[in-house]
Amino acid sequence: MIALVDYGAGNLASVRKALNAIGANTWTPTVAGELGRAHGIIVPGVGHFDSTKALTDEWRTAIKTMVDDGVPLLGICVGLQWLFDGSEEAPGAEGFSIFEGRCFNLATSKPQNLKTSKPLKVPHVGWNSLAINRASRLMAGVKDGSQVYFTHSYAAPVIDDTAAICEYGVPFSAAVERDQVSAVQFHPEKSSDVGLHILSNWLNLSRRSSGGAKADAV
Amino acid sequence: MLSKRIIACLDVRDGKVVKGVNFEGLRDAGDPAALARRYNVEGIDEVVILDVTATIESRQARAHTIAAVAAEIFLPLTVGGGIRTEEDAAAAIEAGADKVSLNTAALSDPNLITTLAKRYGSQAVIVAIDAKTGRAGLQSRPRYEVFARSGQSVANRDAVEWAREATDRGAGEILLTSIDRDGTKAGFDCEMTAAVSDAVNIPVIASGGAGTFQHFADVFTTGHADAALAASIFHFN
Repeated sequence: MIALVDYGAGNLASVRKALNAIGANTWTPTVAGELGRAHGIIVPGVGHFDSTKALTDEWRTAIKTMVDDGVPLLGICVGLQWLFDGSEEAPGAEGFSIFEGRCFNLATSKPQNLKTSKPLKVPHVGWNSLAINRASRLMAGVKDGSQVYFTHSYAAPVIDDTAAICEYGVPFSAAVERDQVSAVQFHPEKSSDVGLHILSNWLNLSRRSSGGAKADAV
Repeated sequence: MLSKRIIACLDVRDGKVVKGVNFEGLRDAGDPAALARRYNVEGIDEVVILDVTATIESRQARAHTIAAVAAEIFLPLTVGGGIRTEEDAAAAIEAGADKVSLNTAALSDPNLITTLAKRYGSQAVIVAIDAKTGRAGLQSRPRYEVFARSGQSVANRDAVEWAREATDRGAGEILLTSIDRDGTKAGFDCEMTAAVSDAVNIPVIASGGAGTFQHFADVFTTGHADAALAASIFHFN
């Protein structure tokens, strides 16, 4: 079973539907203690960084325990940003600090169209291309230049763990991966076939983590 | 590089897709889920459901349509029409919408834009503006008269000014529909689209008048649109 962590602002329905379409069972734990039975954990998000405050110490401890146990964790959009140290969007809200760096407002970097020098619009909404930065299990089989759907105003910096980069005036982390922790800034659940492929890659990680006998129950 | 988006619009009434001309004379264009399924295969970038008679349709019926369409597509889904309160928006998002589109409600209660942007983020809040080109005054450009209630009542707002205010209040995108061009397949109103697009720093979706491939090319170049929405051209092909 895949745990979809609800912190009150995410679009759980789309993520749930996409995971069901590729054969995964999901549930939304109501208390942190339920996470113990997860074979994989997803922190989705279409929302304000401030809403991640709902992920209290209790939730953080439970998630940390599972990740240390080898259970894969996937952050989507604000879920990716939460895995960094924090965000300009809500300076008072602490990130989970798996990845180093703070998320920045795309608007303050004054992104420009490289050809026309016209200012780019923020939020960054639509289909943009991925530049594969290094090999990762999450992005395995995804061609350089593949297009995926983004919708966000804040972005995470490019770091050593960045698996794919997107550029919107400035380069930012489109996908990051370290050990059992992966995250994407774009919405795989809204990125048609490429997105479902990436979710399948991640689901395979969770199948592996749950061991052969339990895999059928994922 | 960010691509220009092509968005298919499903105008829904009583659970059926309908389409009129200049916002009138609605005719049946089929089952929303079946059309959505086709769009998912045909490479459409996004889908919008506009509940054109939401005033009489219940929230539950709308949720049913949203869920049926959402089940067919793995693409961004926007829902508009009859989103009057924070609760309406929450119900649409819970049913599977990624974004909600506000029109009449934003005009009568502009605070709703900010409330929803704070709760769901600006990227989830589209302000839809239905406008007609008025006469050019002494100023260099004509006034773009905004209409509320599906084109039924004059809002006493200029589309450019209203788009600016909506942006300041937290809107993430503007969906700009030309009532003059709606359903005519005569081409987008590139002049009005460019005027609005140049005035705001958020994406503008042009709507009304799509008929040919060239119309899309025109609205992306001379209309400065970030995305273009069409209905008739997709339904009745």
